[in-house]
Amino acid sequence: MAEMMTSSVSTPDDSGFAFRRKVKNHVMKAVLYGSATVTVSLLLFLIGYLTYKGSQYITIELLTSQTSYIKGTIGILPNLVNTLYLIFITMVLALPISIGAAVYLTEYATNRKLVKLVEFAAGTLVGIPSIVFGLVGMLLFTQLMGLQQGLLAGGLTLVIMIMPTIMRTTQESLKSVPNAYREGALALGAGKWRTIRTVVLPNAVNGIVTGSILAVGRIVSESAALLFTAGFGLVLHGFIQSLEASSATLTVALYVYASERGETGVAFAIALILMIVTFILNIAATYGASKLKK
Amino acid sequence: MDTKTIIDVEKLNLWYGDHHALKDISMKIPANRITALIGPSGCGKSTFLRTINRMNDLVEGVKITGSIRYKGEDIYAPNVDVNNVRKNIGMVFQKANLFPMSIFDNIAYGPRTHGITNKAKLNEIVERSLKDAAIWDEVKDRLKDNALGFSGGQQQRLCIARTLAVQPDIVLMDESTSALDPISTGKIEDLCTRLKEKYTVIMVTHNMQQAVRISDYCAFFLLGDLVEFGTGEQIFSNPQNPKTEAYVTGRFG
Repeated sequence: MAEMMTSSVSTPDDSGFAFRRKVKNHVMKAVLYGSATVTVSLLLFLIGYLTYKGSQYITIELLTSQTSYIKGTIGILPNLVNTLYLIFITMVLALPISIGAAVYLTEYATNRKLVKLVEFAAGTLVGIPSIVFGLVGMLLFTQLMGLQQGLLAGGLTLVIMIMPTIMRTTQESLKSVPNAYREGALALGAGKWRTIRTVVLPNAVNGIVTGSILAVGRIVSESAALLFTAGFGLVLHGFIQSLEASSATLTVALYVYASERGETGVAFAIALILMIVTFILNIAATYGASKLKK
Repeated sequence: MDTKTIIDVEKLNLWYGDHHALKDISMKIPANRITALIGPSGCGKSTFLRTINRMNDLVEGVKITGSIRYKGEDIYAPNVDVNNVRKNIGMVFQKANLFPMSIFDNIAYGPRTHGITNKAKLNEIVERSLKDAAIWDEVKDRLKDNALGFSGGQQQRLCIARTLAVQPDIVLMDESTSALDPISTGKIEDLCTRLKEKYTVIMVTHNMQQAVRISDYCAFFLLGDLVEFGTGEQIFSNPQNPKTEAYVTGRFG
């Protein structure tokens, strides 16, 4: 048996083919290694460059003070705080609506066509450039509803932007809960809502958390949608005040410092902070999901 | 049939869309007995079982006519509380479907659903249900453990305990031993035999020996028709219908 196999592999007529196959194999391997190397080195270069440039400018003073023309200081504390406010406002509004919508679509809705339509619309919303959301947010919230430029208008705009993301991830995790759990609860006489609240949602929580963390990541990294809605203000406000006062988040501040004030050092410092925050959020999403799965 | 009827089915028809899955089923299921539903795959026996606690309500496009009376009341009447029907008529599924929580929380899920919050009372119910399901000794020190860490057979008996915890009158079993090894199957069969003192058991089974061993009454379904219904003795030793005879002697399946 073994003899037969060896003889059939090394048939003399096939040597040309075997050679070509070998060469092809090596070439493809080299191409693939090359692609991987380019990708990884670009990424490493970016991380290294940002860290190198940014770390030179990150000081305690930069992080804990605000920019003042009079004193001639530059500080990004207001922008850090604004970013946190914006995460809070957006998530508080977006979470209940998106999760509610996801529960309705997966657990209650019987009109398959409507569900498909909403899912398609949500999928499309995810792909729309964020500057378009900014434009719509400006028209809707500041002009039509008469809000001042500030974190409320910005937050509401981001709610529209991230709702589809949270809704879709929640839907996917709801769908992944085995139907046997639902049947088990219903067969014990539990009503539909009790089944969802006590059996379905707890088993979908890891997906919901992952979706939420990804959404927070989008809030942190968003700039275009906030330019027209949340504004460029670099002054520190209290939470209530900031809702209707022009308030720049970190990303918007980066834009301001880099393009309008020529403070590239500050811009790099912000860039490094944003990179670190994104890194932490990604770890949280991965770790949180695996932790909750147990 | 001299015993009291607990489920009275009359002219029950069921359609899944255009598919006529149950045709004019009429039968009186006696209380405190084990009734086995047998028949080849796709004959409608599981569908029939699921009409008894209205689990088919969950299926889209299902249409049901006729009546199923539980203790004289039509469970398909418009003002009936479905949750209450399912509380009185419990169900154990083909595969164990414990929730990913502790044993205690699993067993207490039903009672809590029906408004029992008193800790002492819950403890009592959990212990009684686990004892009724003959699994108390195996799990009494591990009530806080995740229920999914137990073997398939244990999980299925825990499912039975969870069903018993809401104190149903009837326990429906949908091929509840088909995924288990012979020893676990034996334990559940023994359990069923004991359960009929307090409960009525209606079970779907693919396993003819099982039906012979434990059923008091037996119903043979074929292509949506109830071909024959009688005592186990009659169905297996002296079937009236040639189709029943062909099936129970293993000529088709």
